[in-house]
Amino acid sequence: MKFGILVFPGSNCDRDAAMVTRDLLHQPTRMVWHEEDDLSDLDVIVIPGGFSYGDYLRCGAIARFSPAMGATVRHAEQGKLVLGICNGFQVLTEVGLLPGALMRNRDLNFICDRVSLRVERTDSPWTHRYQDGQVITLPIAHGEGCYYADEATLAALEEYRQILFRYCTPSGETSEESNPNGSLHHIAGICNRSGNVLGLMPHPERASDPMLGLVDGLNLFAGILSWSTQSSRSVASVM
Amino acid sequence: MLTLACPLKPVTQHYLAQIHITLRPSVLDPAGTAVQSGLHHLGFEGVDQVRIGKYVELRLTAANTAAAQQQVDQMCDQLLANPVIENYRFEITQLQNMLQQA
Repeated sequence: MKFGILVFPGSNCDRDAAMVTRDLLHQPTRMVWHEEDDLSDLDVIVIPGGFSYGDYLRCGAIARFSPAMGATVRHAEQGKLVLGICNGFQVLTEVGLLPGALMRNRDLNFICDRVSLRVERTDSPWTHRYQDGQVITLPIAHGEGCYYADEATLAALEEYRQILFRYCTPSGETSEESNPNGSLHHIAGICNRSGNVLGLMPHPERASDPMLGLVDGLNLFAGILSWSTQSSRSVASVM
Repeated sequence: MLTLACPLKPVTQHYLAQIHITLRPSVLDPAGTAVQSGLHHLGFEGVDQVRIGKYVELRLTAANTAAAQQQVDQMCDQLLANPVIENYRFEITQLQNMLQQA
């Protein structure tokens, strides 16, 4: 599978993502400068973490207007995979590929930590290599990761099982204490209704190489590959 | 050749837009809460419901006031505010004609 990693002025997790797809998983990977508008050669687009365009106005608000994001929206509309990590999640909400918004953390501080996450469903390209209800550990590093959406949107997210990851205790319980940023419904990551677009605040790409101490993120990337080899399974057929 | 007796009326007018962007009432504002706590510490104990927003000022040209209002409304809706979490309001002021200023 061919991966493209978007690079905006201010992106800073782009090479971490490429390290996973190119070096650990041996997949063709290219960096995509934000001014590119033809991404038709790519199977998976990754919008990495960082501070695109300095996070001016709102996180992700300016990145949304780049030619590369226009191409990413077309890519997603064809049912192809888009993964937004951290700032990438913020960009996906700003561009409207995912509902809701990411706001200032409940306690106002920038949080750089490791957190426990519960995998809420495993019939998706992103999570099928995990166990249902499995608790995994991933790093987070954000100041604006508090997920907000109105009641109707939250109800729809629950109804259509779009919440893939929730913050939890190490034993898998959700609670205010285990919710680092105040996200509603303890949301750490959601997909769109058809399942081909995922946004999450934690960093799976920083938890894929054993040398870094955590490896729970690798199954997310590896899952993309093994999902695609099962040609009879389309994303839409199970969502 | 005829020369016009009076200058043509310019087809565009100049406007100042003053835009206030605020969090929707249903959205928690942890920064506002922190500032409120600071104000209480200063002794302003009667302070309540501190909400922090943004102020954007810009100049634009448009055919008339209605067109300017329409443009600013679109700017707010499409970029300056995020309708998921924010409300906005603005005032439009017509500026003195630039041609006359020159």
